[in-house]
Amino acid sequence: MSTTTHGPALSPAAQSIERHWQEMAARRRLYTIGGIVFLVLAMGGSLWFANASNAGKFFDRLPYFFDFVGQLMPRDGWEVWRALFDLPSPYDDGSLKYNYPEGRVYLTETLYLPEYFYKMLETINIALVATLVGFGLGFVLCFLAAANLTTRRWLRFFVRRFMEVLRAFPEIVIAGFFLAILSIGAVPAIIAVAIHTIGALGKMFFEVVENADMRPEEGLRAAGANWVERVWFAIVPQVMPNFLSYALLRLEINVRASTIIGAVGGGGIGETLRLSISQTHEAKTLAIVLLLFSTIVAVDQFSAWLRRRLVGDQAFEFGRGG
Amino acid sequence: MAHLDTAQTRELIARHPQVFAGSMRKRVTGWLVALGIVFYFVFAWSFFSIGQVVTNANWNIAGGYLADWVSYEVRPDIEYRDGYLKVSFPRFSPLGENPDPDWLTRRSETVEIRAESGNAEAGATPSAGFLGSLPEANAKGGSGNFLGPVGDAAESAAAVGDIPNAPAPQTTRREEAVVEASVRFSPQSHVDVAPGLVSVTRGDETLVLDIAGGERVEPRGALPAWAFQREPGAKVIVRFGFAGRAEIEGDEVKIRRRFLGWENFFFDTRSPFWGLSAGEVAKIVLFGERLNPQKSNAALAFDNFLNNADWQHGDVWLKLLQTIVMAFAGTVLATLIAFPLSFAAARNIYPSRAANFLFKRFFDFLRSVDMLIWALFFTRAFGPGPLAGISAIFFTDTGTFGKLYSEALENIDDKQREGVRSVGASPSAVQRYGVLPQVLPVFLSQSLYFWESNTRSATIIGAVGAGGIGLKLWEAMRTNSDWENVAYMVLLILLVVFVFDTISSTLRHRLMWAKNR
Repeated sequence: MSTTTHGPALSPAAQSIERHWQEMAARRRLYTIGGIVFLVLAMGGSLWFANASNAGKFFDRLPYFFDFVGQLMPRDGWEVWRALFDLPSPYDDGSLKYNYPEGRVYLTETLYLPEYFYKMLETINIALVATLVGFGLGFVLCFLAAANLTTRRWLRFFVRRFMEVLRAFPEIVIAGFFLAILSIGAVPAIIAVAIHTIGALGKMFFEVVENADMRPEEGLRAAGANWVERVWFAIVPQVMPNFLSYALLRLEINVRASTIIGAVGGGGIGETLRLSISQTHEAKTLAIVLLLFSTIVAVDQFSAWLRRRLVGDQAFEFGRGG
Repeated sequence: MAHLDTAQTRELIARHPQVFAGSMRKRVTGWLVALGIVFYFVFAWSFFSIGQVVTNANWNIAGGYLADWVSYEVRPDIEYRDGYLKVSFPRFSPLGENPDPDWLTRRSETVEIRAESGNAEAGATPSAGFLGSLPEANAKGGSGNFLGPVGDAAESAAAVGDIPNAPAPQTTRREEAVVEASVRFSPQSHVDVAPGLVSVTRGDETLVLDIAGGERVEPRGALPAWAFQREPGAKVIVRFGFAGRAEIEGDEVKIRRRFLGWENFFFDTRSPFWGLSAGEVAKIVLFGERLNPQKSNAALAFDNFLNNADWQHGDVWLKLLQTIVMAFAGTVLATLIAFPLSFAAARNIYPSRAANFLFKRFFDFLRSVDMLIWALFFTRAFGPGPLAGISAIFFTDTGTFGKLYSEALENIDDKQREGVRSVGASPSAVQRYGVLPQVLPVFLSQSLYFWESNTRSATIIGAVGAGGIGLKLWEAMRTNSDWENVAYMVLLILLVVFVFDTISSTLRHRLMWAKNR
């Protein structure tokens, strides 16, 4: 608007440029303000809607929230460790709340595994089995989906869509379906996580394969090798480090996923945590959270270290879901 | 290059084995890894007792559950009485009240009936009507079909031929009643029921069964492969593949007839629009007389659709909106909080090692305490609902964004910052003009990416009580009979995820394009 400038008078051409610039700046400002107003409105509407449809209203529940946090504090500093290692508690009153040795898993007459360590082990094994199965099947499928190895367009299309369906299908539905058939336990969780892993790893794998160097493959083709031999001796050695590193990344994600599936009936530590929180067993809850936290950190660190050894400093997109 | 034939090659290899053999370690590692994996699977097999779980599984119902995703069953019962039959449909049959489907043919005759006490109950009240909301209607609508098809006595007697309500108790009376019923499963397969005698035809095979003494089922001749009887005299189950099955028991024949499709998807049986074609509904909505004086036909149709008792469209959509809101609000809040904190965590922006370290560990903590733990925690604190979901996503993603943003900040080009600082700009101006233009596209693109993946996560954490469609999905699965509703919700979720994927990746591409220009 304010075209009155204090400097020397501008030539008509310069004035035109100046006016043009002003216009663009104004439009840009308008877009920015419009975007912010839209975001604020959407955010306000969202929060209002979430609050209105929640079981308890935010400001009504806030005091309870602090009460809950206060309740979660254990009686003394050692209580969490007692809960974690199944040591008898001085507060034991016969109820489940302080009866830590209840869930011990005896390996021999005297040697036992504390309950939560056993459950954590179960969750890690769910993730590990699911990752291995997903790796195996994703490995087989990815070569059929790669454009440089599979010339049949319909096969590629079919395999890719198949992997997309496996990936996009909510894990929780697969878990629920197999829980109905196999009854509650770890196997439905393994199946659900594995099916998702096949799709997720398969997609990453075929992208790696499509970027592979094709010269070894051409050499083998010239020597008369068949398709399996070409893939096995020319492509696999190139892509294996990347495959393994993606699989490790998946393992991190799967440890979290199998905890979540566990909380809805898939066994493992997730279920124990859900029960313990809903029964307000504060020391047990904190012990499980501590264990879960340190396990997740340890798995993340281990996998990051191994990945760095496998593929050097090649960066990975940091991702949790998907 | 000299050409070698096979014999020469072999000789060369034999002469220099150490060159061609490869190292021992290389050869053995692959086998060891494979062996290790095999052993691990054997361990896992016993650890999770997979064999036992799989053999104990109820694989028979798996097919039924899968078929339920895309089809529905109609379950009439045909009871044998003294010399006649009573055909009844369950209370909430997908065919509505008084169904007379063309695959179930009945032949009526006038027979002598001994009246039973309790058969002469007063006429049923009409069901609650279409205005009642779902739970009320379910509670009230119950009296409708208590005796099977009851309703207009005249209509019932004329068309259907079931026993109408007896006007007064008496010992015997002459009534029109069904004496023969035939259920068609396919053009060649049908079950014919008469009092005391059931004959099943499947293709060119026919199985005739006698009902002896009103309790024992005795097949004439050997059972074909598609029929099953646990022990002599017990019920016989005959299967017709996808079309359904029939259970022939000592006192009745239970029919399970399966049809492809989602039943009553638009209007349930209590709606006045039920069973009409789209054209008919449009005609009523546009030109018809008001069915309900209080509201227009369009509003009535919409209301009926939303409150459909079988599909609960209104509730499902509301829950889906909750999930979307959870992902959106959680991501936006996390972005807003992580944005200033990441400046304090970045080494090159805020030169205090202690603060950098503290903030980075804080982000790690938020991220590593999993979304599930936060979800359970906040569900307990705020009560089940989207507030818990928003808070869980907000806490986890503040950690994630903090880490990603501070890494992006540490990788910026320092020249721009120096340039702005060299002209004497204030510290906040240095951040605004020297740093922000470099990182804002990256920040936004990462937030968008997580917005998209949070839409998926929000579904899953919903199932532990954090609100949204996850909980509804989980409840539908736990009943084991609403798999078609599960299919509907999964389709909606896939659609929403697809739409948000597209929006987010379009925006991200535009952002990155703007950045790289």
